[in-house]
Amino acid sequence: MAADRRMIVTPENVHTSPFAHQSNGLRIRLEHLSKHYDRQTVIKDVSLEIQPGECVALLGPNGAGKTTLFKLMLGLIRPSSGSVEIDGLDPASHAFGKVRTNIGFLPENVSFHDAMTGTEMLVFYARLKGVPITDCAPLLDQVGLTDAASRRVRTYSKGMRQRLGLAQAILGSPRLLILDEPTTGLDPELRRQFFDILRSFSEAGITIIISSHALTELEARADRYAIVHSGNLAAYGTLCELQNETGLPVHIRLTLARDQVQKIIRLFGESCTVTPAGAGRIDLACPEDQKIQLIREIMECGIAIQDIDVNSCRLDDIYTHYASGEDTR
Amino acid sequence: MRIPLILAMKEFRDGLRNRWIAAAILLLTGLTLTVAFLGSAPVGTTGGTGLGITVASLSSLSVYLVPLIALMLSYDAIVGEAESGTLLLLLSYPVSRWQLIAGKFLGHLAILSMAIIIGYGAAAAAVATFTGATANDYAALLALIGSSILLGAVFLMLGYLMSAIASEQATAAGMAIGLWLTLVLLYDLVLLGILMVDASHVIGERTFAGLLILNPADAFRVFNLTQFDSVSVVAGLAGPGMTSAPSPYLALCAMAAWAVSAGLLVCLRFGRNDP
Repeated sequence: MAADRRMIVTPENVHTSPFAHQSNGLRIRLEHLSKHYDRQTVIKDVSLEIQPGECVALLGPNGAGKTTLFKLMLGLIRPSSGSVEIDGLDPASHAFGKVRTNIGFLPENVSFHDAMTGTEMLVFYARLKGVPITDCAPLLDQVGLTDAASRRVRTYSKGMRQRLGLAQAILGSPRLLILDEPTTGLDPELRRQFFDILRSFSEAGITIIISSHALTELEARADRYAIVHSGNLAAYGTLCELQNETGLPVHIRLTLARDQVQKIIRLFGESCTVTPAGAGRIDLACPEDQKIQLIREIMECGIAIQDIDVNSCRLDDIYTHYASGEDTR
Repeated sequence: MRIPLILAMKEFRDGLRNRWIAAAILLLTGLTLTVAFLGSAPVGTTGGTGLGITVASLSSLSVYLVPLIALMLSYDAIVGEAESGTLLLLLSYPVSRWQLIAGKFLGHLAILSMAIIIGYGAAAAAVATFTGATANDYAALLALIGSSILLGAVFLMLGYLMSAIASEQATAAGMAIGLWLTLVLLYDLVLLGILMVDASHVIGERTFAGLLILNPADAFRVFNLTQFDSVSVVAGLAGPGMTSAPSPYLALCAMAAWAVSAGLLVCLRFGRNDP
């Protein structure tokens, strides 16, 4: 049963086209994009390209310009200078109208017309997108709102609104999902389900842009990360690219017999930073490019290692590095 | 046209659900019945039949009530959705801004029309049953209903304009009240003042008639009070004071022009808004 329901939100060609990753999603290109209101500059010269089918995480503190970027991508506001292209079209142009059907957007703190029920709300949005109304009930089921479907949205909790918001975003067959802080208000189980749904879309080659504060949950979920800091694109790349760029160290954690800890410190204390973590655990920090060499040396040094845990890509550290403004350009 | 209709249907349903329609119908019916039966008391001295008098009274009532209801429906149409955050989502859909306005307009106009037709129709039916009516009276009633809807359309559009300009709902409400006071009450007072001061007839009657028609509320009055004899008799407009009263059709055109130009302004202004 669950598999049947999943099929409804999963675009049809997941299993049919091996090139789904190249063919299905929309391409996004921002070139020297700037936006200012009166005297305040909200977006400063942002250039980035998102390939079809990529999942990009947009990270940055509140007020960094994430929502403004989304509005620009959706053509809801016009850039002060520079350009936005989605699928080769200017989203603020009239011709973009037909592409909108293929875009799912979940605004930050999504709100609905409170007097309508969940079903009425979704049916309303389905009509606007030209999606068959029969798709609505399964979608509500998918996001776990079947029991609340006939209740007014006014009575919904924050998490339920968020789920209804997700349901409207994935109506039809989107080729681009823009999700602004989608997991706020969701409990851990719902978050997991949310990311499951997201993964099925990602696997289908749909372009996804997701903004979030919760860094740990996005780690390893996105193909690339864009860090925005006070209107600037501070960094853009895969986790490892960013890691290399920051020059932040790789952490290798070893678990071994307690009496061997001092031996490790003696052996490696000069070539890298060694921090004992108690109970026979020890952290070694080294530059990314010396990681392999160090691991080899550890394995060959003759000490019995019970466990080794390499934590090379720490989104938290990278984010802090950029968002604290150390490297704003 | 599909998108505006979807939006219109939603507005209409909202109107039914939040009792907007019920309240407007109740208000209009109640007041018109009151006016009809109080107004038909002095029958016999003016030469009009019962329904003729009622239509004259109703047109005076319409000038105040219809713009009020229309502005109450429309003042938060844009700014309200912007403040609650629903506008952002709606505009990310394949909905252009003019379609949004068209949809709201159709929905609100349907609500308003329903209230006017039911309210005035009920009162007119009651009066006609008790006092009788001529074919001319019925024509005047139809003209009243039609022009009331047109007046409503003008003020709906003006309300959307306030809603597109204001950045807060409260501001839009204030602007709507100001607009209502200006067009429905103050404008007439100013005209009256000019007439009284202007003893030497510097302003000709033609200019005065033109000034009258420039205001949609007065254009509505002119249309309803001059078009039919039975009405103008009781309204006292057929006397020597209004020898060059503007043509009722010109008045109608003036109202239509107001609705269209206000609609264009709304689209222009709203197009520059940040959702």
